[in-house]
Amino acid sequence: MVVNTIHWFRKGLRLHDNPSLKDSIRGSDTLRCIYILDPWFAGSSNVGINRWRFLLQCLEDLDASLRKLNSRLFVIRGQPTDVFPRLFKEWQINRLSYEYDSEPFGKERDAAIQKLANEAGVEVMVRISHTLYNLDKIIELNGNQPPLTYKRFQAVINRMDAVEMPAETITFEVLKNCVTPISEDHDEKFGVPSLEELGFETEGLTTAVWPGGETEALMRLERHLERKAWVANFERPRMNANSLLASPTGLSPYLRFGCLSCRLFYFKLTDLYRKVKKNHTPPLSLYGQLLWREFFYTTATNNPCFDKMDGNPICVQIPWDRNPEALAKWAEGRTGFPWIDAIMTQLRQEGWIHHLARHGVACFLTRGDLWISWEEGMKVFEELLLDADWSVNAGSWMWLSCSSFFQQFFHCYCPVGFGRRTDPNGDYIRRYLPILRGFPAKYIYDPWNAPEEVQKAAKCIIGVHYPKPMVNHAEASRINIERMKQIYQQLSCYRGLGMDRICLTRGNSLNLEVIIIMIIISIQFIFFQLSNFHEGAGAHHPGQSSSVCCGALIIIIIMMMMMIILLSGFFLIK
Amino acid sequence: MKRGLQGNEQEDGGGTSGGCQKTLKRSRKQRREKDLEDEESRWECLPQEILLHIFQYLPLLDRAFASQVCRGWNETFHMPELWRCFEFELNQPASSYLKATHPDLIKQIIKRHSDHLQYVSFKVDSSRESAEAACDILSQLVNCSLKTLGLISTARPSFMEMPKSHFISALTVVFVNSKSLSSLKIDDTPVDDPSLKVLVANNSDTLKLLKMSSCPHVSPAGILCVADQCHGLRELALNYHLLSDELLIALSSEKHVHLEHLRIDVVSENPGQQFHTIKKSSWDAMMRHSPKFNLVMYFFLYEDEFGPFFRDEIPVTHLYFGRSVSKDVLGRVGLNCPRLVELVVCANGLRPLDEELIRIAQRCTQLSAIGLGECEVSCSAFVEFVKMCGDRLTQLSIMEEVLVPDHRYGLDDIHWEVSKHLGRVWFPDMMPTW
Repeated sequence: MVVNTIHWFRKGLRLHDNPSLKDSIRGSDTLRCIYILDPWFAGSSNVGINRWRFLLQCLEDLDASLRKLNSRLFVIRGQPTDVFPRLFKEWQINRLSYEYDSEPFGKERDAAIQKLANEAGVEVMVRISHTLYNLDKIIELNGNQPPLTYKRFQAVINRMDAVEMPAETITFEVLKNCVTPISEDHDEKFGVPSLEELGFETEGLTTAVWPGGETEALMRLERHLERKAWVANFERPRMNANSLLASPTGLSPYLRFGCLSCRLFYFKLTDLYRKVKKNHTPPLSLYGQLLWREFFYTTATNNPCFDKMDGNPICVQIPWDRNPEALAKWAEGRTGFPWIDAIMTQLRQEGWIHHLARHGVACFLTRGDLWISWEEGMKVFEELLLDADWSVNAGSWMWLSCSSFFQQFFHCYCPVGFGRRTDPNGDYIRRYLPILRGFPAKYIYDPWNAPEEVQKAAKCIIGVHYPKPMVNHAEASRINIERMKQIYQQLSCYRGLGMDRICLTRGNSLNLEVIIIMIIISIQFIFFQLSNFHEGAGAHHPGQSSSVCCGALIIIIIMMMMMIILLSGFFLIK
Repeated sequence: MKRGLQGNEQEDGGGTSGGCQKTLKRSRKQRREKDLEDEESRWECLPQEILLHIFQYLPLLDRAFASQVCRGWNETFHMPELWRCFEFELNQPASSYLKATHPDLIKQIIKRHSDHLQYVSFKVDSSRESAEAACDILSQLVNCSLKTLGLISTARPSFMEMPKSHFISALTVVFVNSKSLSSLKIDDTPVDDPSLKVLVANNSDTLKLLKMSSCPHVSPAGILCVADQCHGLRELALNYHLLSDELLIALSSEKHVHLEHLRIDVVSENPGQQFHTIKKSSWDAMMRHSPKFNLVMYFFLYEDEFGPFFRDEIPVTHLYFGRSVSKDVLGRVGLNCPRLVELVVCANGLRPLDEELIRIAQRCTQLSAIGLGECEVSCSAFVEFVKMCGDRLTQLSIMEEVLVPDHRYGLDDIHWEVSKHLGRVWFPDMMPTW
């Protein structure tokens, strides 16, 4: 029987470590690799030009790599549920493969496609390769709950089996006799569109700072490892002025789109570490970037409301302010705080900002200064940030706004001080906000404090050429810290700082009270059960009295075990 | 139906032991049915006190549904005991994501229950309309004798944006009518000295808690009047500009009860602001009078404004630095704050705080909670600090970036060392690396 296969690319835009593609090729006669350009992918209708450009570059790169293997990429416009039935019929498909998507929206979409495939008699092959581990196993190991603290997550990871090796790269040998029927008009029908064709204005667009594609990703991986080996230091690098700029060894957008396999990265890091540190076991902190990603994927996979506050079981309900004007100022880099504005400008221009810069602007928008909902910030990042995907973006915003994950809320980043400490000279500001070039380092982070002569000399009057600061940071942070306290005081599970009324000792005594109540209840329960048995026994049947004793004993044992579990549980939470 | 089945069972009979067991089961079942029937008829005769007690466990919405069942339950729903506490949530859809208390419910409460209310709070969002709605409700609470009143802004302080006179008149209604106010939270409001005088004139015997941080229209004289007259005051929260030596002396006078909690916010309005100093003798007087009181201080100052602070010994217990604070100041904190229980430093600047931390561990023997944000501490000094404090440190919240690895400890082994000395598993706080 002839086997015609479709491999559906969504993320995982690569030919290395692509187990679903590799497995589906085996025994296939024809192979067509498709990418469906869904003009309205729900939840991501808000995508900026940099992200589109990156995606198109990834698709071009994929097409070029496939061309070398006498194949091509088929880009198809439409919605998957419309596209597939048509393709199944037209190409007489009997096998479909794709990489597993753990996000709730992805799972729903894939379930619908599976159903269509089953109806059309098409075999479906799905493999996990976007995450290091099988996320459902992580959840299972943690008592069927996703771990909600990073520490717990690390503990569970330590107990998991080793990460699976990356699959073999697709080459001529792998393809063997599998062919791709390519028509003459392939480019018109299935070619990768350009930005203009998608309706974007490309005049004045600068070259991409982050070029998309698997080739670029693999090159960067090599450079990244080279640099690590040269430094021979696997510690987290100290933040300095240079870290803020886009690095030629940065990998996060490539991990997000799947141009780079996370497992390949994982194993290459491990090998390098072992080589440099002479076979010591690598610590978990080596894989920090990968494990954070994994953590957020795990927390999000079973929670379709993960990106909202309302209806999200893990999100604290905080009375954020609705303020579209203030939000716009933040999103467009017009807050009047050069540090914040420079970061947002870099984000809009290039599509990437350093993670500490992200913390700074996220804190400013939410619990630090503007008290605007993290959902709004998340949407802006979704539009502009190359490596923001649904789970990681929403999870990080919740984390940074102290809406979840038991985060301490006193870590507030100052929009003036933080920048000043990172880049005292202010070159970053001058680079992205040329209007402030004339200010000396002393005033560049708070130009509104500069005397008039300095402003005149810099040819930039604050309030005229550059906005005045939109909030008084000291006042705003004072108010907001009070608000956070109000909310957290009402959360019974919170044990932390800043609760100058509710201190930990009181918390402990509460536990004792609960235990005592449990003991009393359990004793009452035992008596109740005993009396029930006695009532039922009536005329004492010899067998029944012993079963009464057995029953009571069992209950007592169960109560004891419950109390032990409770006690140990309280100690563990600490 | 059941009776029919029972009839069948009797006919079936069976062996002696089997029949005996069936008789036992049947009698238990019959007894249960009779109980059920009796219970059904008892619901109507449930005494009102018991029903009231049950209703107290239900949230308002469920209670409201229950009240629709029959007249008796409806009467119970409206009993005064169920309307002692209420929290009015006033939000506008244009400025908040959360729902507001329904206006009809508010009308009902004012009409039927305004004299039952004793513990009331208003949560308002950042819009002026919400603040004004809160004041309108307040003005109508003419017949109530409130014990607790809280005016809480959940976002921007909207009470400051409404006309001051409207606010003052509404607040005065409450002060005059509730002659037994014991707890008052009016942070971020335009309350002023005359209204405080009204408060004192009517409630001086009962006032126990007063929170009025960031009330810019109050002067030191106004708060002094409160301290002089309200001798039962146990908890006070205010801004530093209202704090004076006279106030502390007044709070430690013989007639005054022991103060339990004093919270002071030190906020800089403009850079380079000068702050007055409080004499050590005033603090000593406070300590003699109320040896166990908590002194909580929140600092939101620029680095160069800390001049007048921590020059002498000060009995502060909870210290929070919301902005960057210099090494020098932290050194003085170590020297002059022997009662320190909790210390939070948001930011310091990139010079290691090793000596300062060690000194704090040595001199602040009660320290049990510490939080460090953007600071730098070398790993060895940190381990030394934890060793000296031992397991009295119940809360240790250090950002991962704070710890600087050195020749003795790296980031990967420091948490074991620290856990050892703390007697429990400890990790630094982490922020996601994207």
